[in-house]
Amino acid sequence: MASENVAHTNAPTGAPKKADAFAYAPAPESRSLVDIAPSYGLFIDGEFGDAAGGKVFKTVSPSTEEVLSEVAQAGAEDVDRAVGAARKAFEKWSALPGSERAKYLFRIARIIQERSRELAVLETLDNGKPIKETRDFDLPTVAAHFFYYAGWADKLGHAGYGADPRPLGVAGQIIPWNFPLMMLAWKIAPALATGNTVVLKPAETTPLSALFFADICRQAGLPKGVVNIITGDGATGAELVAHPDVNKIAFTGSTGVGKAIARQLAGTDKRTTLELGGKGANIVFDDAPIDQAVEGIVTGIFFNQGQVCCAGSRLLVQESVHDEVLDALKRRLSSLRIGDPLDKNTDLGAINSAEQLARIRALAETGEAEGAERWSPACELPSAGYWFAPTLFTNVTQAHTVARDEIFGPVLSVLTFRTPEEAVAKANNSQYGLSAGIWTEKGSRILAVASKLRAGVVWANTFNKFDPTSPFGGYKESGHGREGGRHGLEAYLDV
Amino acid sequence: MSDERLSVLKTYKLYVGGAFPRSESGRVYEVTDSKGAWLANAPRSSRKDARDAVVAARKAFGGWSGATAYNRGQVLYRVAEMLEGRRGQFAQEVAAAEGISRSKAAALVDAAIDRWVWYAGWTDKIAQVVGGANPVAGPYFNLSTPEPTGVVTVLAPQASSFLGLVSVLAPVIATGNTAVVVASEASPLPALSLGEVLATSDVPGGVVNILSGGTAEIATPLAAHQDVNGIDLTGADADLAKELEIAAADNVKRVLRPRADDWSTDPGTRRLTAFLETKTVWHPTGKLGTSGASY
Repeated sequence: MASENVAHTNAPTGAPKKADAFAYAPAPESRSLVDIAPSYGLFIDGEFGDAAGGKVFKTVSPSTEEVLSEVAQAGAEDVDRAVGAARKAFEKWSALPGSERAKYLFRIARIIQERSRELAVLETLDNGKPIKETRDFDLPTVAAHFFYYAGWADKLGHAGYGADPRPLGVAGQIIPWNFPLMMLAWKIAPALATGNTVVLKPAETTPLSALFFADICRQAGLPKGVVNIITGDGATGAELVAHPDVNKIAFTGSTGVGKAIARQLAGTDKRTTLELGGKGANIVFDDAPIDQAVEGIVTGIFFNQGQVCCAGSRLLVQESVHDEVLDALKRRLSSLRIGDPLDKNTDLGAINSAEQLARIRALAETGEAEGAERWSPACELPSAGYWFAPTLFTNVTQAHTVARDEIFGPVLSVLTFRTPEEAVAKANNSQYGLSAGIWTEKGSRILAVASKLRAGVVWANTFNKFDPTSPFGGYKESGHGREGGRHGLEAYLDV
Repeated sequence: MSDERLSVLKTYKLYVGGAFPRSESGRVYEVTDSKGAWLANAPRSSRKDARDAVVAARKAFGGWSGATAYNRGQVLYRVAEMLEGRRGQFAQEVAAAEGISRSKAAALVDAAIDRWVWYAGWTDKIAQVVGGANPVAGPYFNLSTPEPTGVVTVLAPQASSFLGLVSVLAPVIATGNTAVVVASEASPLPALSLGEVLATSDVPGGVVNILSGGTAEIATPLAAHQDVNGIDLTGADADLAKELEIAAADNVKRVLRPRADDWSTDPGTRRLTAFLETKTVWHPTGKLGTSGASY
């Protein structure tokens, strides 16, 4: 009996275990690359200053709960001042020749490239995501967005919106915490290229990279008031949405808040674009290359700890390969490294906030309570910070909460299907329509299924790919309007 | 006894799912000409009629959106052919509805037919104009194509009973959506007659559904309907438009807000793109070279 127990413990047994032999030594990125001030004000009209009400809040590192800095909580008066600054700057900024606006945007893109290591470390500290992702995905994509839209600024007459399309005016932009700097780039780059000025509110839990971006605007010599950054919570966002002198609201975030914004702006002249939630279906057919598909499933749901609106959170596997795919997937998940996001070998970092962690936990518990089967690889989670192990739910039906609600965390629900028709019907059985994936070797099946899926982005034999030249956005309750590409210009032009 | 022949009056009916039902509510309302003289009793649609129309439009969506763009263009052009043959009837109805001379009404009907032909020609061109290949920085084939949003509620303009109606309806169905049209409240007769044309023009039943009655009464349940994907508020006044836009937020409907439209000018592509989604499809291209093929 005793010997049986030994086999089930992790105690050293003499010879090094296979796992130990392949263990990675810690490879932490240096924190000294970034200098975080103890407090930050609001960036309005080219100057940092305190909130009128003097209120502040703290931003913490999700992986350690360490307080990183204190930032100002903008109130109605501050929002009004920021909108006023943007309005004043609009006249000159929109009148600049497009070629001049382009040069400012090119400068910003270059400075982002120069400072990308610093910003990657900052983003990892404030958001909790692995340095591997901020360094190799977020920052290059951020720079690419500014480069892409910089080139549009002096070519707007060729974009298909008329010979001389006009900007809307002051754009109020509200972004989420999952990709703080990337969402900023998606919003600010096209707005400035088309001649609008902006007031941007970063998320409450990840305000720092936007404040660093303010410094980049200063280095680039951007005219005062063209970009204003106001930090705060949902109340600050609501003030911005309600401000009468804002011409356009661009929002990325939850479907609930998106609907509230749409209701509030009803009957006004304000334009809106909404990038909301999703419950992406990742469909694996029996002829799919299983190894590639497993990598795609992992990328689809565990990239950025699953805190991605277009995550492939519903895995639809053809019944005949279900066991094979699940075995391979579990094997792969067992090799994921979870822990210090600043370690270059880390695959999964921390959940962004205690609040989000609680939401993920509650939904996972609901999944169990409703009878789905829960599985996670054996992994040790750090004691401090907000952590959630990668989790699979099998035996899931379409009626289960975990198959319907957006969890926004590293939780994958696995369903099965028998025919392509059934796969399409199940994939489309959602209030959302943001993303979907298709894995099959058969080209005609890819095209047939892709054309039937009601989703704004369809990845075939790949997943979670983004590019500034590509329109991104949802069908149904995943929102309206597109960001990226030529299509992304429309949101900021009077057409 | 007079020698004059007693004319045969027309019973105007709704057009839903390819059939011509009366309102399930059994209600009608009096439609008069601009001088207040009685023209006909039009059906006064209920919310149940509106819901039935949505069911019909949803049922028709798969077939219509799945038809080739060429085929949709042929069908739309066929509508124009049928309209051409009924120019006289529509001129008379528009003249009565809008209180304008017969010749002025005839000119509006001609413009409406020409507009219908214009949109018929758009069905197989819009994808090339607003879609395209995206030059992504990586080994991927990446294509954006426009697709219809789904079932669209169209509140036809109140003042322009035929040219306005055609101008808001044709772009919605040209792009593959199916439509539930709420006709002008005071002047619904040209719209109801259009249903008769559509029924004989190869337009599949349910692609266009035409309701008459109180605009607010019909539009309110349609704006809140969870299976309606878009709403064109052209025929709503400012207060009603606001109320409907608020209701439309419940399932994040695509909303086209009302604005002062001049139906005589070139409509551009604005109404075509208002109820289109952009779908972007990615696929690895791999590369062939010394290192061999790769995914």
